Amino acid sequence: MRVFVSFLVGSIFGLGLLVSGMTDTTKVQGWLDVFGNWDPTLAFVMMGAIVPMAVAWRFTIGRKPVLDDAFPARPEPSVSRNLVLGSTLFGMGWALSGLCPGPAVASLAFGGVGGLVFLGAMLAGMAVAPGVRLRLDRVAAAV
Amino acid sequence: MPTDWIMGLAGGVLIGAAAALFLLVNGRIMGASGIIGGLVDGSGRHDWIERAALLAGLLLVPGIAAFATGGSETYLTGNWAVIIASGLLVGIGTRLANGCTSGHGVCGISRLSLRGIVSTAFYIGAGGLTIVIFKHVLGVI
Repeated sequence: MRVFVSFLVGSIFGLGLLVSGMTDTTKVQGWLDVFGNWDPTLAFVMMGAIVPMAVAWRFTIGRKPVLDDAFPARPEPSVSRNLVLGSTLFGMGWALSGLCPGPAVASLAFGGVGGLVFLGAMLAGMAVAPGVRLRLDRVAAAV
Repeated sequence: MPTDWIMGLAGGVLIGAAAALFLLVNGRIMGASGIIGGLVDGSGRHDWIERAALLAGLLLVPGIAAFATGGSETYLTGNWAVIIASGLLVGIGTRLANGCTSGHGVCGISRLSLRGIVSTAFYIGAGGLTIVIFKHVLGVI
């Protein structure tokens, strides 16, 4: 049942990305292009997504998930070096192509060879990330 | 343009509904980079079937919908160096930050998580600056 729900979640997520235009890389780059031809579509997508999710978070108070024992605990609210550095690197990559992980998968069927190459590079980046994390810790400890 | 905004809002509601369903039923955060990354580095081995099922839906359904409605375009750049650099940065960055647009953006901000808000401020800020440098100054994208 959990597996079926996961498939359903991915399906609705993907449909939402397609409908909202977030699989169109020019729309994402347009949102980031404040000094060019600015496209505010992404703000509408974010607004549309955050409202139902905020309601869902409210609903979790004092309850349990239907198919699990507990809701995910709130992570430590620490703004770490990795959070800031990682988000900055991600933002740079996101702007260069206009793709982030969700839309990269959702557009794979019609994204051509470029989409496949992006996914390959992204998976490679994810594979080396634990090593990068270790190295950063070592450098930080030495400073 | 307003049509794009309405479609954006409608698609956004679908994304939020999917994230809400994942949270309320499975008790999980719908973060694309975490779901994929857990499969890549092995940290999500225990629930790999659920991750794979989610990704299968994420890949197949928009694919089928796009073809059924006459195809869709990503308008991705043809510059291979840019595509590869971008993919590497997205892969490393999202895993270092433990989240991306869906995890930190949608799921984090809706919970008023400080980490989600700070992460989103940094990736949008860095993205905006990257567009200025690589599009308006250097003209490579």
